[in-house]
Amino acid sequence: MAEKQFKVTADTGIHARPATLLVQTASKFDSEINLEYKGKKVNLKSIMGVMSLGIGQGADIAISAEGSDSEEALRSLEELLKKEGLAE
Amino acid sequence: MAFLQGIAASNGIAIAKAYRLVEPNLSFDKKTIEDTASEVSRFKSAIEKSKAELEAIRDRAHVELGADKAAIFEAHLLVLTDPELNGPIEDKIKSEKVNAEAALKETADMFVMMFEQMDNEYMKERAADIRDVTKRVLAHLLGVQLVNPSMIAEEVIIVAEDLTPSDTAQLNRQYVLGFTTDIGGRTSHSAIMARSMEIPAVVGTKTATEEINNGDLVIVDGLKGEVHINPTPELVAEYRNIHEQFEAQKIEWAKLVNEKTVSADNHHVELAANIGTPNDLKGVLANGGEGVGLYRTEFLYMGRDQLPTEEEQFDAYKAVLEGMNGKPVVVRTLDIGGDKELPYLQLPKELNPFLGFRAIRLCLEEQDIFRTQLRALLRASSYGNLKIMFPMIATLDEFREAKAILEDEKQKLISAGQTVSEKIELGIMVEIPSTAVLADQFAKEVDFFSIGTNDLIQYTMAADRMNQRVSYLYQPYSPSILRLVKMVIDAAHAEGKWAGMCGEMAGDETAIPILLGLGLDEFSMSATSILKARSQIKKLTKSEMESLANQVLNMQTTAQVIEAVNAATK
Repeated sequence: MAEKQFKVTADTGIHARPATLLVQTASKFDSEINLEYKGKKVNLKSIMGVMSLGIGQGADIAISAEGSDSEEALRSLEELLKKEGLAE
Repeated sequence: MAFLQGIAASNGIAIAKAYRLVEPNLSFDKKTIEDTASEVSRFKSAIEKSKAELEAIRDRAHVELGADKAAIFEAHLLVLTDPELNGPIEDKIKSEKVNAEAALKETADMFVMMFEQMDNEYMKERAADIRDVTKRVLAHLLGVQLVNPSMIAEEVIIVAEDLTPSDTAQLNRQYVLGFTTDIGGRTSHSAIMARSMEIPAVVGTKTATEEINNGDLVIVDGLKGEVHINPTPELVAEYRNIHEQFEAQKIEWAKLVNEKTVSADNHHVELAANIGTPNDLKGVLANGGEGVGLYRTEFLYMGRDQLPTEEEQFDAYKAVLEGMNGKPVVVRTLDIGGDKELPYLQLPKELNPFLGFRAIRLCLEEQDIFRTQLRALLRASSYGNLKIMFPMIATLDEFREAKAILEDEKQKLISAGQTVSEKIELGIMVEIPSTAVLADQFAKEVDFFSIGTNDLIQYTMAADRMNQRVSYLYQPYSPSILRLVKMVIDAAHAEGKWAGMCGEMAGDETAIPILLGLGLDEFSMSATSILKARSQIKKLTKSEMESLANQVLNMQTTAQVIEAVNAATK
């Protein structure tokens, strides 16, 4: 299993477009991918799950992936978060 | 062929095939299912069909409406394929042996409720996404066709029971040549929308959705308020002729766009426009508006879940003032209540909302709301030529109280170092008979009057303008109404003030000659009526219209007035 921590820097948090991009990217992979925030874990391929967390600016989040392409999935998601200025 | 009589809501002729914007029946029964495996695959196939449909809509929206609108459907697609939504639905079909329709509805409703309860504007809106997506899948499960207005790809006439703001936002203006609805009147949202889109419309036909099928050839005659269904080729030819004449006339009118509005004997009046949002400015300028005579600020408050902030309001007011570039802008403070509700204020239902707690009555009671709006207006005042008017004033005390609150906020802002224009005129809407009758006293204290005829007529006639059965009492040319209008104009002039009119009547072909004769200074109307009115006024002689006005004030009935106007202006 691969896991990585991030700090959300986007001033709108993980809402709307950022959430859409994350879910779209996660859905490209076979691995099971989860997003954890404040002790709550949701499926990162679920837009409703991601949005139900209400992640704001400054939040500490963790993304974990398990499966055949977990390393690659995590790399893609990290790239996306940084490229879009969402988290570091 | 069939024929429907409705209300002419927006000028012009449209001939095209009908497109029914009517929601299909999505009701179903909850059933027990034995073969759950095939029920799951039925569900999956409905998801696949919905997905293909949404992808097509998204791509089309991207091309036709831009990335912003397409993003809405992108979000719908993610909800549609969400494993946390579809997983539980499939589980429910298998474990509870229920049909897919019931499993879908019950599961989706749970999510809708969850999102609606969240303490966040954005999340609450997602509940609407889930509802929309559920409807689409349900339609596929039931084998009925949902309407997809954004997928219209040929010229059509929209046929609907009524059109809401969100319906019209999805319509592609390139293909929608006109529309006709079952309900509504000249002042309903759909009518106002048609005039701002500059497409012909006939509303209030009562039975358009019953009589017209998808694909029927339809003529919408927005000049006479008629709808012809599957007309004869002769009638179509006749209407093509009328259409061409109308378009030629519009080109003639367009030449007046940069001209002042003067009568044949060189009397100048101001033709201004009624607007609802800063987006309407384009139409005002394109149609040669000499100002904004009524900025309905309600739209800032409607279609949302909470009050607009001072900043949001400031931005909108500033945009309008700057956009008009020094031309006068009359802003009406919040006029809510009556037929315009704000669910989030949770006001109690009233037996007679038009006679109840609305407009200035509400603002004087709920002062936080009022003060926020006044602050935003005062801060924006230095960006243009702002005039503020209070709606529904019935007594001088109300005006004085509202003015005192405005002065209080103004002093506070100035003390805080804010720039506030020194030249803001302060006026009132005259829409309650008590105020019209006492206009001579009001005129000593206000800077201007704007006569709101839609309400003035309903209050004078004691006839609800939303009630079709008493609509015959909506008589703008009644001598009783004309006398009230005269009292208001004369009262203003006696004190050196000006009088305008911002109701439908100000742009009305039959009323304009009388109003010119009565000495009205400012006529505020739908932007699309301005050029026509300007062309009409150019041909009228003010002194002759004064005699006409004197004559009609002493008539007995509306019919006599109309006849006299026709005789004097032919």
